[in-house]
This record gives sequence, C-alpha cells and structure tokens, in this order.
Amino acid sequence: MNTLILRTFAPFLTTLMMLFSVFVLLRGHNEPGGGFIGGLIAASALAIYGISNGVPAVRRAMWAHPAHLAGSGLFLSGLSGLPPLFYDLPFMTGLWTTIIVLGVEVKLSNIVFFDIGVYLVVLATIGGIALTLEERED
Amino acid sequence: MADETSSSSSSGSSYVDVSVAYVDAPIEVIDYLVVFPVIGPLIMGALCLMLRRSQHLQPGLAGITLAAVFAGNVALAARVMADGPVFMAMSRWHPPFGISFNADALGVFLALSASLVALVCTIYSARSVDSDGRRYGFYPFLLFLTAGVSGAFLTGDIFNLYVWFEVLLISSFGLIILGNAHAQLDGAVKYAFLNLIATTLFLIAVGYTYGLFGTLNMADLTIQIAQTPDAPIGTISFLFVFAFAMKAAAFPLNFWLPASYHTPNIVSSALFAALLTKVGVYALIRVGGMLFAGSFVTFETVLVWVAASTAVLGAVGALGSSDIRKLLGFLVLSGIGAMFVGIAVSTPVGIAGAVLYAVHSIVVMAALYLAAGVIGRMTGSFQLHDVAGLYRASPLFAALFLILVFAVSGLPPFSGFWPKVLLVRATLEAGEGWLTFAYLLSSFIAMIAIGRVWLFAFWRDARKGGSSSGAVMALDEGERRAYISPILLLVIVVVGLGLVANPALELAGQTAVGIIDPTAYITAVSPVLP
Amino acid sequence: MEFVLSLLVGAYFIAAVYLMLSRYVVRLLLGVALLGNGVNLLIFTAGRLTHEVPPVIPYGEQVPQTVTANPLPQALVLTAIVIAFSIFAYLLVLAMRAYQELGTDDTDHMRVAEPVDTPRPPTGY
Repeated sequence: MNTLILRTFAPFLTTLMMLFSVFVLLRGHNEPGGGFIGGLIAASALAIYGISNGVPAVRRAMWAHPAHLAGSGLFLSGLSGLPPLFYDLPFMTGLWTTIIVLGVEVKLSNIVFFDIGVYLVVLATIGGIALTLEERED
Repeated sequence: MADETSSSSSSGSSYVDVSVAYVDAPIEVIDYLVVFPVIGPLIMGALCLMLRRSQHLQPGLAGITLAAVFAGNVALAARVMADGPVFMAMSRWHPPFGISFNADALGVFLALSASLVALVCTIYSARSVDSDGRRYGFYPFLLFLTAGVSGAFLTGDIFNLYVWFEVLLISSFGLIILGNAHAQLDGAVKYAFLNLIATTLFLIAVGYTYGLFGTLNMADLTIQIAQTPDAPIGTISFLFVFAFAMKAAAFPLNFWLPASYHTPNIVSSALFAALLTKVGVYALIRVGGMLFAGSFVTFETVLVWVAASTAVLGAVGALGSSDIRKLLGFLVLSGIGAMFVGIAVSTPVGIAGAVLYAVHSIVVMAALYLAAGVIGRMTGSFQLHDVAGLYRASPLFAALFLILVFAVSGLPPFSGFWPKVLLVRATLEAGEGWLTFAYLLSSFIAMIAIGRVWLFAFWRDARKGGSSSGAVMALDEGERRAYISPILLLVIVVVGLGLVANPALELAGQTAVGIIDPTAYITAVSPVLP
Repeated sequence: MEFVLSLLVGAYFIAAVYLMLSRYVVRLLLGVALLGNGVNLLIFTAGRLTHEVPPVIPYGEQVPQTVTANPLPQALVLTAIVIAFSIFAYLLVLAMRAYQELGTDDTDHMRVAEPVDTPRPPTGY
C-alpha cells in the first residue's frame, strides 16, 4: 500500500478524520455521536497514516505510548463518575454547570469528561492493536 | 457550539416531570462502599497503566488499593449483615432502565474473600514478578481483574454481570500471556477461545431473557419470572447452566482449565485458580438458584451427575499428574465438583455448603499455588520426580504446606471441614446417598494426591530423592519475608475458618436463605421498582 | 419481520458452530466472530423491531415527538459489539503470535502446554 496517491493524500485525510473525530466526540453531547465512535474514527485515522507512512511515523506522531493514553482515558472516565459523591447522588450521575469562555456560554458536565476518557481509551486500544498488526506485516 | 449543545433540561419551554424516571432518595457517602470495590481498582489500575515507566511504584499502589478494597468490603459486609442488601442505582436511573448494584450476603461474602486473595497475591508478587512482567502490565491487569470479579459479585443487573465477566476475561487474557513463553501461548489459545464461547453463550441467554421479560434487573427478573410460570424458560435456563458450567469448568466442559492454568507465572495461576471459576459458580447460584429457581429443578439430575463426575474425575486427574501446578489445577476442578454438589441439591444447607466451600477454595487454592511457586523457586522444578528435601530446608514452610494439605482434603480443624460437613448433611437429607459417597470418595482421592506432594517434596530426603536439578536452595531473609509471609497469612485464615467457624457458618447460612427466599434482595430494590 | 431476522440469527449460529468445530485457529476465529454478530442480531431482534426513528429528543423538547425505536437493545448491542470487537482483536493477535511461535494453527498439534510424553507420577521414593 505504498502508492503515490495514498502517500500524498494520507496526511490530509488523517488530519481531517482527527478533526472530525473531535467534532463527533463533542456533538455526542446531545445528538448522535460520542466518545466511542469518535475514538473509532480517530483510530482509523491512525491506521490510515500507518498504512501510508509506516508505523514508526505514527508512533512518533502519537507522542505517547498507547498504554499511557488508554490509562489516562480510563483514569479520567473513572474519576468523572465521582463528583456526585459530594452531592448525595449515586455514582456517575450527570452534573451540569455553565461557564463563560470568551463571552460564550459553555455548558460543562462530568459526562463530557467521561466521554473524553472513552475517546482516549478507544483511540489508544484500537489504534494500538491496529499498529501492532500493521507492524507484523512488515 | 455552546448553544447547539445546551441541555434542554434547564432551558426548555414545556416542562415535563422526569422525576419518575429517577431515583430520588439521597445517597449517603457510605453507600459508595458498594461501588468502591469496582471503581477503586479500576481507577488505580488506570493510574498504574499511566505509570508504566515508574515500575517501582506499582506494587505499593496496587497493595494500598487492594488493602483499602478489603477494608471497604469488611465494612460493606458488616452493613449487609446488619441492614440487609445494599443497593445503588447508577446515575439515579430507575432499576429496570438503568444499571444497579445490589450487594447481598452472597456477593459480599465472595467479594470479601476475593479481595483478600488479591491483596495477598499482590504482596507475593512484589518479589516474584520481574520487571518484564511489570512492564507488560501485571499490576494494571491484576487490578482490573479484581474490579471485574468484584463487579460480577456485586452487580444487580444480569447484562452488567456479562460485562464484568468480559472485564475479568480480558484482564485474565492479559495475565495469561504475560511473559510470552511458548507454553503460555498454547494455553492461552485454549483458554481464550473456550472462555469466549462460554461468555457468548451467556450473552445469548441474556438476549432471550430480555426478549421474554423486557427487563434485565435481577430483582425485577425474579419477580417477573415468578409471576409468569408458563413462560418458556427451559431453554434459557439450560443455556445459563451450560455457560456457567463452562466458566466454572464442570466436568464435560472442563478441559480448558488443566490445559492452561499451569502455564502463566505462579501469581497469575493463583489468582485464576482462586477467582475465575468461582465467578462461574457464583453466577450459577445467583441465576440458577434465585432467578430461574422454578425451571432449575428440571436440571437437578443433570447437575447431580455433573457434580459427581467433576469431583471424582478432578481428583483422579490430580492423582495422575506429576507436575505440581497441573495437579493443583485438577484439585480446583475437584473443588468445583464439590460446589456443584451443593448447588445440585439446592436446599438451604446445600447452598450454604457450596458458598462456604467456594470461600474455602478461594483461600486454599491461592495459598497452594503460591506455595507451589515457593517449591519451584527452592528446587527449580515443579515435577514430583525432581522435588525433594524441603522439610530439612524450611520446617516452617513444610508445616504450612501440611496444614494446606489437610485443609484441601477437608480434615478438621481446618477450613475445608465445615463445608464438607454441610455438603454431606445436605446430600444425605436429600436422599442422594450415592452422591455423598462420590463426594467423599473424591476428597479421599484428592487427599492422597496432594498428600503425595507433601511426601515427595518435603518429607523425602534430598539425598535419596531423584532431585535431578541439584540441591535445594534455601530462601534468604528477604525472600522468606516476601514469599512465606503471604502464605502464612492465608494459612492463618484457613485455620481461623476451621477453628472459629461460627461467623462463617452463619454468613453462609444467611447467603443460602437470601438465595432461596430473595425477598430481602427484592425489597432492597422494590421501593424504586415501578 | 422478526421471523425473518430470527431465521437469519439461526443461520449465523449454524455457520458459527460449523466453523468452531474445526481444529484450525483461523476458522475458530471466524466462527467466534460470526457467533458474536449472531448474538448482536439476536438481542436486537429480542428488543422487537420498531420504527426506524432514533430515540433522540429534539432540541427544545422534553419528550420524543414520535414513536421511536427502543434504545435499550441498541445500548446492549453497542456494548456487546465493543466487547466482542476488542476480544476479537486480542484473539487475532494471539492467533498470529501462536502461529508464529508454535509454527502451527492446528490445535491438535499445539501440545506445548500438555506434552504427549508427560511422565507418570512417581509411585515411590
């Protein structure tokens, strides 16, 4: 899979898919989407980059070992369930708050962080497995 | 962006009362004890995964976490004993819709034993798992395994039970190939495929259950199944029995266990032997004894045969093994047979016996595997032909192992005796005299098999014995502390369960009552059931 | 419609069982994958087939405006897919490693953990 077309196109495609994956992740707030599907898109982006430019390039671009990413994602997801502890509510209850960023009202909740954690876990695990499989082909 | 995603719950024009979908009762902080055995190890496991490069921190972190989980489980058990089952609905969702945790005596008793064994294995692993094992994630997997096992014991939702089955399955996959030896890959292939098929069968049964009853909450299901006696649940309960028997390694479905349990490093083996099969037994008691109690009676004859053949064939397999780890694997099987004896009889005494046997087996099998690890360390071999002269090298270790031998063969005054009494009584009361005979025969054969290990490895003089791999290496001070003290801890529990049996017997009695008559389990949920 | 899907589930299970009866790890893998998909379809069918409207409440509303699909089986299937997918990925890597290291994908020839010539236990000192 080392054609010129793919090699030229892959960086753009990867960037676009990464961007789209973040869009899907944040959109999952109130509409179809979410951390899992976003993570899958991001992992496919990594896989495509790996196919065109080789696995070492992807590993350099990821700046962290997949285990680190998966661990931090799981850590974030686990912690995001705990804040209700302080409001006499059960584990994983959604809590909402509004903050103003640059004059724009942003609704934040612990669910967002849970979803970001899921995103990281899926990205790291699926991406890691895909890279391992691609590496063995060489 | 902000406007698009803003929640309608606060800014909507037409207000609809959504409180019916939510559980409103405030949750005290102490109620978090019911989820702590799951989220504690999960979060700390994730932290260990992040600390991949600081391996020296991992044993301490895992140890502290598991000690905290153990303490939390003790508190939870005290609470359950005092006030009945503890219940928590995740994110306030009403039980039939959302996932709930519901800790009753059975779940807590097993979760408590499991966390104890996980803690002891962590202490043992601090010395025995090398930096390679740590780099490939021994501690994260250990913690995830504990989380999965605790989750399976404490959850109140049958689909969630499936999820925890998979969590512990995935972590055990990680542990079993740690080190990447050829034998491990071989064992892992058989272990992974057969266990995956078992959990998939479980999922099929869950799917049918949902199709029939439209609910997956265990308390709700118990009510629904009792209310619709003519529902076609024969196939479903058979699928459940089949899947759980496969997970528990009962006789015709047991071959993955002796093929794989001796391959990973000894701490992983100890964890597997102690925890994994018991989750299958637990699920069978919960689903067969409580949810599908009505149709479960149909399988009594099958279960009686399965129990008898698992017990006897496991013991015979142990008699025919020359590798100590493999021999212990067969002993695990024989113990599963004993638990199935209690489940097959399914009287209160039988269930109590099965539960108590499960707890005893969790502790004793972990201790025996860890002890086998020490034998391997001192003599450099696991083969009965090679090991010899350990009594001279370490009398204390020999005494500890002898206690474990007595305990696993069910001799008084150790932990194996009381479940044996209960099981024998249950089978006699049920009029299954030949089942009593089969069970006692199996534990007699098991005693010969494990007693022979003591005779060869400890009592035999190293000069007479065929120790092909040289002399016995004595443990140095640090090793003794790291390896013998965890075993000593478990042996104290074994002796304690034997001598001061009343609390455990009472607890086991309560679990059996809670299974046969699940009113308390249901009332813990029912204020919030529609 | 449920009837047709039930038949399809049955076909999935038949093919999966047939493949899993094989000794070769690759076929086992395919069988397991088919079984997983069959189960997903089973759960989906068990939740009854309803309108193909996603159960998403429109912006500014409190309740769905029309009859929507049952979201619970979808959640169950999604969970099952995730789990089945990750385990399948693990098994794929495991099978590949086993083939590379053991030199065979025939389970009958995988005897490293249980060698054929295991010695019998000693009968005396």
